[in-house]
Amino acid sequence: MFLQSLRKPDWVSFPSKYKGVIKINVIAEVFPDLMRGLGVTVSVLIASAFFGYLMAFIAGLCRLSNNIVLRKFTGFYIEVFRGTSLIVQLFWLYYAVPMLFGIELGSNWWIGVIAIALNYGAYMSEIVRGSILAVAKGQTEAATALNMSSFQRMRLIILPQAVRMMLPEFGNYLIQMLKATSLVYLIGLNDIFYYGNILRSNDLSMAPTVYLLVLLFYFILALPLIFLVRKAESISKKGVAS
Amino acid sequence: MTEPIVEFKDIHKSFGDVKVLKGIDLNIKPAEKIAVIGPSGSGKTTIIRMLMTLEVPTSGDIIVDGVNLWKMEKNGKMVKANEKHLREVRGDIGMVFQHFNLFPHMTILENCMTAPIHVKKEDKEEARERSIQMLEKVGLGDKLDNYPNQLSGGQKQRVAMARALVMRPKIMLFDEVTSALDPELVGEVLEVIRDIAKEGEMAMVLVTHEMDFALDVADKVLFLDEGVIAEEGTASEVIEHSKNERLQSFLHRFRS
Repeated sequence: MFLQSLRKPDWVSFPSKYKGVIKINVIAEVFPDLMRGLGVTVSVLIASAFFGYLMAFIAGLCRLSNNIVLRKFTGFYIEVFRGTSLIVQLFWLYYAVPMLFGIELGSNWWIGVIAIALNYGAYMSEIVRGSILAVAKGQTEAATALNMSSFQRMRLIILPQAVRMMLPEFGNYLIQMLKATSLVYLIGLNDIFYYGNILRSNDLSMAPTVYLLVLLFYFILALPLIFLVRKAESISKKGVAS
Repeated sequence: MTEPIVEFKDIHKSFGDVKVLKGIDLNIKPAEKIAVIGPSGSGKTTIIRMLMTLEVPTSGDIIVDGVNLWKMEKNGKMVKANEKHLREVRGDIGMVFQHFNLFPHMTILENCMTAPIHVKKEDKEEARERSIQMLEKVGLGDKLDNYPNQLSGGQKQRVAMARALVMRPKIMLFDEVTSALDPELVGEVLEVIRDIAKEGEMAMVLVTHEMDFALDVADKVLFLDEGVIAEEGTASEVIEHSKNERLQSFLHRFRS
């Protein structure tokens, strides 16, 4: 009986009996529907990028702190968030955390933003840490010889050089974050992917057309970001040479 | 007798198991020019790096202007100095490095003005004026808006000197400042140091391999060998008339 419930559900082998084609005339119909999700996708991306970068700097700097407790704690956060999947984290924050601890993290939109920001913040904190360490030791020594405080050394000398090294990788992660936003439909946010899925479930024969357009949506959104990464790479090549 | 501005008292320094300095006693008087010579690995650079607070001595005291550099009083006991104490004491000291260590993301002018503005809280215009004057003095008045990677090694080193001088240190440390330069660029840098030395107000410690230059500029020469000061005296005493065998064989390598 129990085993029966574990039987493969029939959608596992999606049968080829469903035939469909990409229908040009449907595009005009599908396009405005998908547009309705654009706002959510873009706003989640912008907010999670902002908080993700913020988190990356906080965690990256904590990893370099002299305080061992802070360092270990941050290391724990980074490993947990890098070592588990984003989708599970999303569900944890949405279902498990409120039920276990009675903490309401806010609307679905905020939960999506927090999950993506914490996950990518963990990855990007390693970029922050690595870039700061990659600034030559002589720079810190020269700043010390000019009697700068440790805060001034970081703000005026180390970070401006380190940020330049971070830019290309930050750009790459921005594109990845865009793609990660498509997961938020699973916690009930109405983004592009959500509307695509609605259209498909209404009329399965539209699936090829819908998903082609969804792909195009994400690709067009990613284009300016790809351009931004190129730009960032050329900026970072200037300026840091010794 | 003028009071020394810097005193080293029985300074020892080890890196791991390696003893680099084995008891250094040294006085630097105001405006005195000291050249430190010796084979590589003898600890020359370590001496000035400890004075610049870039390296902690293993034992011993360094007194700058009457204040213990690496130790401070806390609840009646002497403890290891914290960052705040170091900042108060090292303000009188400036340093020029072998590899320049200019800030690559700033123009030449910004390299010079940043510390006066942020560290000494000088007025921005005043700091700018003084930086331009100092850069003109080292012969780089026409490069103000260039970035370090657009300059030759000799020019970079002159910027580094201007950057240190703008802070008006009482003691300037030069760490093998010509060693990383192409031979034809050494002269321009030494000339600037000579000019600074002639003005006379600052004490200077030069770690150098330029013997003729040391003879010319230094009031006192120290020969460092195996972690101790093996020979000490005026430039001509040490470089021209010493009987110390190790010193002679060391000098011989430069004369040939």
